[in-house]
Amino acid sequence: MSIAIVMVLVVAGSILFHVLSPWRATPIASNWGFIDDTMGLTFLVTGAGFVAVILFMAYCLYRFRHEPGRRAAYEPENQKLEAWLGIVTTIAVVILLAPGLLVWGQFITVPKDAMEIEAVGVQWNWSFRLAGVDHQLGSSDVRYIDTTNSLGLSPADPKGQDDLLVTSGELHLPLGKPVKVLLRSIDVLHDFYVPEIRAKMDLVPGIVTNFWFTPTKIGEYEILCAAYCGTGHPQMRGKMIIESEADFEKWQTAQQTFEQSRKSDASRDTRASAQ
Amino acid sequence: MTDASVPQNVAPPPAEVEDVELYHAHSWLTKYVFCQDAKVIAIQYAGTAITVGVLALVLSWVIRLQLAFPGAIPFIDASVYYQSVTMHGMIMVVYMLTAIFLGGFGNYLIPLMVGARDMVFPYVNMLSYWVYLIATLVLVSSYFVPGGPTGAGWTLYPPQSILTGTPGYDYGIILMLVSLILFIVGFTMGGLNYVVTVLQARTRGMTLMRMPLTVWGIFAAAVMALLAFPGLFVACVMLLLDRTLGTSFFMPSLVELGERKDYVGGSPILFQHLFWFFGHPEVYIVALPAFGIVSDLISVHARKNIFGYRMMVWAIIAIGVLSMVVWGHHMYVSGMDPWFGFFFAVTTLAIAVPTALKVYNWVLTLWHADIHFTTPMLFALGFLVTFVNGGITGLYLGNVIVDVPLSATLFVVAHFHMVMGIAPVLVIFGAIYHWYPKITGRMMDERLGKIHFWITFLGAYAIFFPMHYLGVLGMPRRFYEMGETAFVPASAATLNIVITVIALAVGFAQSIFFYNLFRSLKYGAPAGGNPWRAASLEWQTPETPPGHGNWGAHLPVVYRWPYAYSVPGAPEDYLPQNAPPMSGEHSP
Repeated sequence: MSIAIVMVLVVAGSILFHVLSPWRATPIASNWGFIDDTMGLTFLVTGAGFVAVILFMAYCLYRFRHEPGRRAAYEPENQKLEAWLGIVTTIAVVILLAPGLLVWGQFITVPKDAMEIEAVGVQWNWSFRLAGVDHQLGSSDVRYIDTTNSLGLSPADPKGQDDLLVTSGELHLPLGKPVKVLLRSIDVLHDFYVPEIRAKMDLVPGIVTNFWFTPTKIGEYEILCAAYCGTGHPQMRGKMIIESEADFEKWQTAQQTFEQSRKSDASRDTRASAQ
Repeated sequence: MTDASVPQNVAPPPAEVEDVELYHAHSWLTKYVFCQDAKVIAIQYAGTAITVGVLALVLSWVIRLQLAFPGAIPFIDASVYYQSVTMHGMIMVVYMLTAIFLGGFGNYLIPLMVGARDMVFPYVNMLSYWVYLIATLVLVSSYFVPGGPTGAGWTLYPPQSILTGTPGYDYGIILMLVSLILFIVGFTMGGLNYVVTVLQARTRGMTLMRMPLTVWGIFAAAVMALLAFPGLFVACVMLLLDRTLGTSFFMPSLVELGERKDYVGGSPILFQHLFWFFGHPEVYIVALPAFGIVSDLISVHARKNIFGYRMMVWAIIAIGVLSMVVWGHHMYVSGMDPWFGFFFAVTTLAIAVPTALKVYNWVLTLWHADIHFTTPMLFALGFLVTFVNGGITGLYLGNVIVDVPLSATLFVVAHFHMVMGIAPVLVIFGAIYHWYPKITGRMMDERLGKIHFWITFLGAYAIFFPMHYLGVLGMPRRFYEMGETAFVPASAATLNIVITVIALAVGFAQSIFFYNLFRSLKYGAPAGGNPWRAASLEWQTPETPPGHGNWGAHLPVVYRWPYAYSVPGAPEDYLPQNAPPMSGEHSP
């Protein structure tokens, strides 16, 4: 008996918690509003199902609780009812799935004009690479990695010489321009995760993965790692700064190219060995 | 050969196989230790599983204490935290849940419920337990080696799991992999037994469609486990070779902390496919026995046949088959070919249909029932709430695009704890309260049982329901400490403290259960053979607890399904499966 009341309270408490909870998705800062919409739809459909099933159960518990003289009905099955329930559930599943798959279709279709940038993960920090004046990223391989070439760019590839290297962990991006983030790890799995842009993707050593988004809100966002990568995992942070096109250009020109970094490292090495 | 007293149309078929003679123990050692009786093996399995389960429960307190009071407890550093997360997860999923449902309940209930004298291969069955015990000891021994157990996370994803940035690099990871390999060897011996016993050793009249859903659930889970565990076996062997011999099955060229490793050409994603080819069916290896058991608990204590038995059986089979082709939903953002997303999202959400039908049928069983709020029934109802709640959040994570923001957050942790942690554990408790009288001949205390239920059910819901919202906020899982993070408000830390306090309380409250469990051995009220007035075969044994060979001189003969409750015209509100048919009876 008391369990029937508690079931109703569990449902009421869950709804109340949902309405009053201060813990909600962060304000969105990318084009992926459809993801939030699909999640909102999922909440409505599944929430209605949860409430209906548990309240019906609570009613049964109250109405058909044991009392002296009660005897249960005998009904092995009711194929018509079962078929109807199956159909209704299938419709609900399709309502959730169809928009979800449409949005996934968009998610995996990268716009042709997207700006390609690269995020590189290493235990436990982030580096970035942007294409230089030739708008193309040069090739890379872990076998090129040494003290003067921490990202493993191919020294012989002309396309890579003008690439901009950002080792401070601070990535700047222009507002409103689609970005294709190429993801590369040189040790273990990592995951490029900025809650405000909703999208995320693993970095997998040995292959280059990618995802895309369009920044829609100027601001400073924290980059976290969302694939466990060893004891320093929570400390693997970066910063993503969304700014106007002009500010972005200004920042970009201040970054060092691969060629420059090799030279400055080389001259530093020469100085060091001369002393 | 038919019994003359029985109408021709309901007479069971003649016995196809002769009754077998069992190995009779002739010393204390072969009776209680190296025992071939499935019932003793069941107790050994369950006892070991519960023991390591308590260890894993204590580890969850380490995790919760760190999340609530980061840095305040001196002995919990990042290594200890990740080691606790890893061991808690692996123990609970494999060494506790899998072992107790299949090795524990499977061993005890299958022979009794299908009317067999024992498992078909008793000696292999005994070996299964001892190999499982060795596997458990190897796992726990990793606490006593330099560097301690592995802290790779229970998913053991390479390259991280076998590199030095992860705790337990020296020995912990090796012991973990060896232990898993042993577990699978042990499980395979048991699993073959469960499957063959169900197919070969059912008594006369016990058709497949007259088996209790408990047996159906365990049977389907055992078949799935026999197909899925080899995926993990292969992954473990290859990872062990990568770690010890420097092969490159899963290891690409990489530079670790500035040092170039010799690995070349391996695929980290391949490991994930193999792991989840096991890992997702594993969810249902735990869930299907729970589905079966809860069906029987609800039916017995509501004095009503399970509604839609045939649908329930087909749903178990459909879920079993579909769950073998959904593993990729754990890998939506892993970097695998994104076109897989369409396929795995469709298969995953398709599982919702048979699963929902099961939920409807459980609830519809309560319609026009005669519901007794016994402790096992309360736990079954608690399962329904937590399972429905945890099941619907699966629709978020299965729908590929919705998974993208939620993956790797606390939403995932909350979801799987609700659906494959709390829900099955509530069933385990319900099942223990339900079958304890058959196993020991005594009842457990109802008052203590109900107190245990209320604290566990409401407490667990209060732990995991709010946790989903931290995941929606974006808080990642597997973070030793959140530190200063702009998007995380201070209130999230408060919620973490509340959750931890409840988790500690619920954990300690389990001592009520253990007190009841052990005290009732001696002081529990005598139960008699069938205290719940249940219809299925295990309650009809000539002795309670059942003796070696289960059935005395003659095997039982089955005339109807196990859900003959409140049959019109019957003198009592249940008809045992082996009671001779009433005139004019049309039970399935």
